[in-house]
Amino acid sequence: MTTDHSTAAPTALTSRASLARLWPFVRPEAGRLALSAALALAAMVCGLVIPLIVQRIVDGPIAEKDLAGLWWPGGLLLLAGVGEALLFGLRRWVAARPATRVQAVLRQQIYDRLQELPVAYHDGIGSGQLLSRAVSDLSTIRMFLSFGAIFLVVNALTFLIGLGILFSLSWLLALVVLAQAVPLIVICARYESHYKVLARRSQDQVGDVATTVEESILGVRILKSFGRSAHLGREFFRQASALRTTEIAKARMIAKLWATIIALPEIALGVCLLLGITAVADGAMSAGTLVAFFTVAMILRWPIDSLGWLLSLLNDAASASERYFEVIDAPVTITSPAHPVRLPDEGAAGALTFQDVRFHFPDAADRPDVLAGIDLRLEPGATVAVVGATGSGKTALTALVNRMYDVTGGRVLLDGVDVRDLALTDLRAAVSVAFEEPILFSASVAENITLGRPDSTDEEVARAISVAQADFVYDLPWGLSTRVGEQGLTLSGGQRQRLALARAVIGNPRVLVLDDPLSALDIHTEAAVERALRSVLHSTTALIIAHRASTVMMADQVALLQDGRIAAVGTHQELLARVPAYRALLSSAEPDREPDHLRLSEGSVR
Amino acid sequence: MSTATDHGHPGDLPDDPTAATDWRGVGDDGTTGDGDVQPGGLRLAGGSRDLIRELARPHRRRLILAGLVIGLDQAVSVAGPLLIAYGIDTAVPAFVAGDRGPLFLAVGLYLLTALASALTRLVFVRMSGRISQDVLRGLRARVFDHAQQLSVSFHEKYTSGRVISRMTSDLETIGETLETGINDLIAGLLSVVVISGVLLWLDPKLGAVALLAFLPLSFVTRWFQRRSLSIYRGSRTAMASLIVQFTETMNGLRAVQTFRREPRNARIFAEDNNRFARNDGDALVVAGVYSPTVRLIGNVALTAVMILGAIDVVNGSIEVGILAAFLLYLRRMYDPMDELAMFYNQAQSAAAALEKIATLLGQRPSVQEPGHPTPLAEPAGELRFESVGFGYSAEREVLPRFDLTVPAGQTIALVGATGAGKTTLARLLARFYDPTEGRVLLDGVDLRELANDDLRRALVMVTQESFLFSGSVADNIALGKPTASRAEIEEAAAAVGVADFVKALPQGYDTDVRKRGGRLSAGQRQLVAFARAFLADPAVLILDEATASLDIPSEQAVQAALHRVLHGRTAVIIAHRLSTVSIADRVLVMDHGRIVEDGSPAELIAGQGRFAQLDTAWRESLA
Repeated sequence: MTTDHSTAAPTALTSRASLARLWPFVRPEAGRLALSAALALAAMVCGLVIPLIVQRIVDGPIAEKDLAGLWWPGGLLLLAGVGEALLFGLRRWVAARPATRVQAVLRQQIYDRLQELPVAYHDGIGSGQLLSRAVSDLSTIRMFLSFGAIFLVVNALTFLIGLGILFSLSWLLALVVLAQAVPLIVICARYESHYKVLARRSQDQVGDVATTVEESILGVRILKSFGRSAHLGREFFRQASALRTTEIAKARMIAKLWATIIALPEIALGVCLLLGITAVADGAMSAGTLVAFFTVAMILRWPIDSLGWLLSLLNDAASASERYFEVIDAPVTITSPAHPVRLPDEGAAGALTFQDVRFHFPDAADRPDVLAGIDLRLEPGATVAVVGATGSGKTALTALVNRMYDVTGGRVLLDGVDVRDLALTDLRAAVSVAFEEPILFSASVAENITLGRPDSTDEEVARAISVAQADFVYDLPWGLSTRVGEQGLTLSGGQRQRLALARAVIGNPRVLVLDDPLSALDIHTEAAVERALRSVLHSTTALIIAHRASTVMMADQVALLQDGRIAAVGTHQELLARVPAYRALLSSAEPDREPDHLRLSEGSVR
Repeated sequence: MSTATDHGHPGDLPDDPTAATDWRGVGDDGTTGDGDVQPGGLRLAGGSRDLIRELARPHRRRLILAGLVIGLDQAVSVAGPLLIAYGIDTAVPAFVAGDRGPLFLAVGLYLLTALASALTRLVFVRMSGRISQDVLRGLRARVFDHAQQLSVSFHEKYTSGRVISRMTSDLETIGETLETGINDLIAGLLSVVVISGVLLWLDPKLGAVALLAFLPLSFVTRWFQRRSLSIYRGSRTAMASLIVQFTETMNGLRAVQTFRREPRNARIFAEDNNRFARNDGDALVVAGVYSPTVRLIGNVALTAVMILGAIDVVNGSIEVGILAAFLLYLRRMYDPMDELAMFYNQAQSAAAALEKIATLLGQRPSVQEPGHPTPLAEPAGELRFESVGFGYSAEREVLPRFDLTVPAGQTIALVGATGAGKTTLARLLARFYDPTEGRVLLDGVDLRELANDDLRRALVMVTQESFLFSGSVADNIALGKPTASRAEIEEAAAAVGVADFVKALPQGYDTDVRKRGGRLSAGQRQLVAFARAFLADPAVLILDEATASLDIPSEQAVQAALHRVLHGRTAVIIAHRLSTVSIADRVLVMDHGRIVEDGSPAELIAGQGRFAQLDTAWRESLA
């Protein structure tokens, strides 16, 4: 299985710009974050004051052997120490919540956006890529906001202030410290541009790994059936190894940077030691000043040391936000119109019209249209079955009604209104669908049935259950409160299909779209569902995708879908008599069967 | 490692079903928790300690080496303040006396240590990066393999979202810690030890005063550990439920949009999301108490040392350079504490994640591969149930005890209403579950005695589930037999009619099923599943409702292919459509877990039993 890379070549510009785009989300918390930075700075200053006090102690009471003179600077020392600790505490208190709130808002927004994005978007992207953006990329951003951003500012300022103090202590020595900053900045800048590429690659690979993880779990039964867990396991190992290689490359780069960041300031300090000792010996500088100088320089080591870590955090966050905004920026192509038309109320039983409907999937514009000019009209209350070979576009046709996809030509009209002129919620409230594969959520039976109509009464629920012949739900351990779906009780395919059907028929939707809704039912249940469904169907417009004669029989009219067009419309009997292609699809007199096998199927339309 | 089996425990009814959020409904797995062990104390639960040991073992040598390097690094960097002290106390007077030797010695050594420290750090970061990536990859692979080994019953209970969260978010948390935190944590902890030693050596009295600070420090640290671990346990659980909601929404997006579930989903997601944010914030607040307290203790100790040290200098018992060294060392020890606390915080979050993973790894598959499997060279395909009984839980018996023999080469059809136990029987054959009593035998060998590879080579099950893996159509078919040539793949595909629609795909067999034009309908996916099974070429083929979504021509194509393929093979076919049954040599009718009719299709139709009735009803439905 190949990997699902969606790598975009990262450029400094786009990822920096993405980081800047976080601003509107940060703004509500900006005050607190700024306060936090200010407090951190104040704490750092307190820290920097400490060596100056020690300088006084060394040059004052110690040099003059005046023990009584110790109290005053000693008290100051304690004050500065306590102040530093308190300010640091305050800084953390102030900064604790804002970044997590920003993260929560960002995460909610990507979730909302993904719910909004059309099915076509989701078709094209590995779900693990989405998950890794919503989870790991956002935690990278959170980390950057609560530490990285603050310390980048604070450390830079601390460095400047510290440098000022160094200059006040000894301008010569301070110049040496300043001089080493120049190559440091150059090296950091160079490193950054290399690191960015790796950061993005690693995040994409994390997404690939997540995609394989997801598939391995969602497809675990198939893997087990074929004993192919090890096969996918090897693929997973290959991806994990690719990720490892990238991460090791990152570590090597960080190692090199870190070594530089350690070496340069230390060399500068070595030079300072030489000059300092000479100066003290010459009497040009006091011993206290030298001690203070080295202590301040030592305090400044952390802001410099942390630079490597902060820069990698910055780059990780920049490419994480780039990945984040890729999702946010994906165009929502299916939206409510600016001025939606309301569905006509009176006498509107749901006339559904396809007018010269053309359709191809958004990313397959160069392929022949899946639907190439469909003209079909469903009168209010009519039930029309659509029959066609596997892959003839039946499901695509149903997806156009409630705008899972939009037509690429022609129009779909509901009660005379183009579905694209309706508010999405109105349209989807009017059109109910049972999918070919029933989708249940981890929620109670009642919740699953009333998914689209949460205000349904108990009677309506009971009626939907009886139409779908889903009475088995009453026998579940907690009845309608039983949790089903993945986190609940495991239901059989037939049971799931009936629940999905109950969900579709509840509340008398204007239009009912049933995509092969009875495929997993046994013959008795199927017959019972069909009987019950008729009571619903005579008042509702229904479009039914059918593979079997038994399902087709529920319809007033049958439309044969062939080569992207409606090739024939008529009753089942008419088409059976008149259209050979239809006969081929729905009847099955097989010429090459031995008699004993034919016995069972004779008289059938198999 | 705990040895809980993953079999769904029957579980009592929750005391108060309304306690759970209403819409979630009631299940028997405990609605709120995430089913994992929730340890209260400081000890890491779920065998995390053993896991850490196991993970570290293969890298023991490199770990020791890395330890030596970082030890060297600390020794080298700790020399700095000593050299400064030496400079002040010795080099200055010597310089004044005209001796430049000590000065050059101090400066030369200082520069040397600077370079050595940079070099050791370079080596250490590279080594630890490599080791931690190896550990991480090993852990990833291990969790992946383990999840694959765990039985179907486990996956049905634990839910995919939670396994996914263990394998993504939890693992990444550990990865982040290994990547950034561990280096600093180890370096920081080591420097505390080394500096303590040096301080005691420089001046025992002042050193003891400085080290007195460790007493309150250890109390605060214990408090912090306890609090933050418990908070992070909560946040890993919150993250798991967030991921469950996320994956469920994305995988069911069509239904979400169709039934306008978005606003409600958004609210549900917000709940988990806010819970996680709250937890995350709590953890930062706790760290926000811890790290300034550490700083406070450090600064108080510093003041005490400075004052006492100043008195000693005045009394002449120590040199001023020693005092300077103390100042530098204490700063160096406490300065990065703020960040150390942050890394420590991260390590706590990783510990919580590791616990979750260890708990997952501690799950023993209820269906286990035997230690000494019986070899199965050329499977013939005879199936036998010997006094087999089965229930998913003790009080829910699904299959009362029964015996059944399917001779090699026979095609049997299982017929019966929904819930009659057909699928359960098939799952016992495929060893998704083991029977609660009796034995299931393939060619006279208990399935529990067979190696997985042998079993899966001999026996393949196709269900109505038609999940496709990312990759091309050919890749998906080749899953049945990874060594298959392209010709074999195309042959299998042609046999069931996959070839017909593949022609229309943009890149034919190489079309990515997730990308451009690769969208396959449910029927097409089912055909791919069939092609996969045909390619696997097993002695026993089990089809569980595998033709439900096919249209009649496709079904006929599949049946024609089956007819050919099943010759000389054993097959168990479950179908609601009696057309599929027509290719069977023998029909078993099941009702409430019992086999109530058994005979050839012709015999049964001729009789008055259920199958005859079914057949009649079926014919009527086709009229």
